[in-house]
Amino acid sequence: MTVELLVFLILSALTLGGGMLVVTTRNLFHAGLYLMISLFGVAGLFVLLTAPFLGVVQVIVYIGAIAILIMLAIMLSPNITNLPNPFTAQWPVGAALAVIFFVMLITVVTPVMNELGADDWVNSDQLTVDTAGDVPADGIATLGEELVDPHKYMLPFEVASVLLMAAMIGAVLLVHPGKQAEDVIEDVA
Amino acid sequence: MTGLFENIVSHGWAVFLAKLIGAFVVGTAGLLWTLIGIWFERKVAGRFQDRLGPNRVGLGPKGRFNLSYKFGWAQSIADLIKIFLKEDIRNTGTDRWTFNLAPIMVTMSVVLLWAVIPFSDGWIGTDLNVGVAYLIAVGGIGTIGVMMAGWGSNNKYSLLAGFRSVAQLISYEIPMVVALLVPVLMAGSMSTQTIIRQQYIAFMFAVPMTLLIFLISGQAENGRGPFDLLEGESEIVAGFHVEYSGMKFGMFMVSEFLHAFTLGLLTAILFMGGWRIPFVPLDWVQEGKYLGSFIWNLLGFVMLLSKAMIAYFVLIWVRMTLPRLRIDHLLNFNWKFLVPLSLINLLVVAFVWKAIPGTDAINSFADAFIPSVVLLIVNMAMFLGVGAVLADKGRQERARVAARVYPETVEAAPTN
Repeated sequence: MTVELLVFLILSALTLGGGMLVVTTRNLFHAGLYLMISLFGVAGLFVLLTAPFLGVVQVIVYIGAIAILIMLAIMLSPNITNLPNPFTAQWPVGAALAVIFFVMLITVVTPVMNELGADDWVNSDQLTVDTAGDVPADGIATLGEELVDPHKYMLPFEVASVLLMAAMIGAVLLVHPGKQAEDVIEDVA
Repeated sequence: MTGLFENIVSHGWAVFLAKLIGAFVVGTAGLLWTLIGIWFERKVAGRFQDRLGPNRVGLGPKGRFNLSYKFGWAQSIADLIKIFLKEDIRNTGTDRWTFNLAPIMVTMSVVLLWAVIPFSDGWIGTDLNVGVAYLIAVGGIGTIGVMMAGWGSNNKYSLLAGFRSVAQLISYEIPMVVALLVPVLMAGSMSTQTIIRQQYIAFMFAVPMTLLIFLISGQAENGRGPFDLLEGESEIVAGFHVEYSGMKFGMFMVSEFLHAFTLGLLTAILFMGGWRIPFVPLDWVQEGKYLGSFIWNLLGFVMLLSKAMIAYFVLIWVRMTLPRLRIDHLLNFNWKFLVPLSLINLLVVAFVWKAIPGTDAINSFADAFIPSVVLLIVNMAMFLGVGAVLADKGRQERARVAARVYPETVEAAPTN
């Protein structure tokens, strides 16, 4: 067993186990903590895939900002321990969606793996084959250049920025002391 | 060390074991350093408050010739033994795992920072090419620890501190991150080692405004000095660690002191040139000219520690001099002053840096000289602008207060 495989197994266990516990625990605060564990496992997987920048960004954005704000919202709500029943009537829909999503992932991942040269990757140990030659030496510089390259990802990048900006302005307007939310919506409409 | 293990196990495991031992050594050294750090801070703090600080504790038989009683340097060791012997209490109603894990998380977030700190040219845990982003990511884990302590303690004061931690630490993360972008921009890399190597002229001389923003937001991230609202003892007893005793409280304390010193280290690395010795060319150190590689590394290490101690001293100075802020003042200061200022600062530095030719390949003192001077002039202009804005705000605020307190003598000032 190689170190990479061991680390991969630990990170997978963290991701899946954490995700499982998020939906089964009866304590919302604990659910928030388990969510962080799960996200941390995903960050570790990014690092294992030689994408350390993505891994670090995952920790900064998802754990450092989003999960903490979720936890703050949880801490401000009443009756967060001892939820009577963690399952709702929506579970059949959820299960169906999960199956569809899984099939979708398999159909996307299999051609990519074949392209990388790992035939029949589900049954082989070629997953740990290191193809470092395909990874650019300075990933961050490449990423930065592609994000501002008009022929690559400039448009999605800018659209996402505008969307975030709109969300931020909306949040500021909603809590503006001089105006109620209804007035703001009337003004905009 | 990797070679030693390779005789026994495969290459992958050998690297893993070597890194494990390295992590153990660096982490333990960091934690032991707090003994000296706490003693130093108490000594300095004592002087700021016109008293002596620790001056009694020493080792061995007492007498005129036993120098170990000088300066009370063994105070921290005595405190360490005391805190180990204290009873570890966990109240009923606390959330067991959350409560017990919180001090570990807080301490871990600080010790993890030491992984990317370059102590010298060849002495670094891991030279990550995303080093600076890693620093920010790890810092976020400490916030989780404080929240866990606040919620898990089942105490209303702790919970209030947990809310405050989110408000304060998340807010001050923004100017901190934007300030960190400036050295990254000037060095053209996120690796801490490359940032040091690129400082032919220390960045603090070129971008003093960024240094100031970094120090202020770093002090707030650390939750001490005028920003110690998380544990404001006059308002919420002891904040998030009100229910902790014994070594668990000790871990919170150690992590706070170590975080303060680590902030000094980061200031030294990002703005003061790290292990680079002034007026010594980089290739002497890298190739081990005249003195040999080890001696140069050692000198660099001493240099880094001296610079870090200077920055640490400034942080203690601020902590001991300024009174605690109110929570609304704290947040207003951040969102209405520090965040806009840091964004403007980043934009100005980026534009100036791009406007000066030759800044993408700086390989000597001469290359760095003109950009540094230009940036310094621009920074001075920014300082003057900020000063003018602040003076104007202060005048308005004084007129507003005067109009409220003595409405009959002062004519009403325009309010907005």
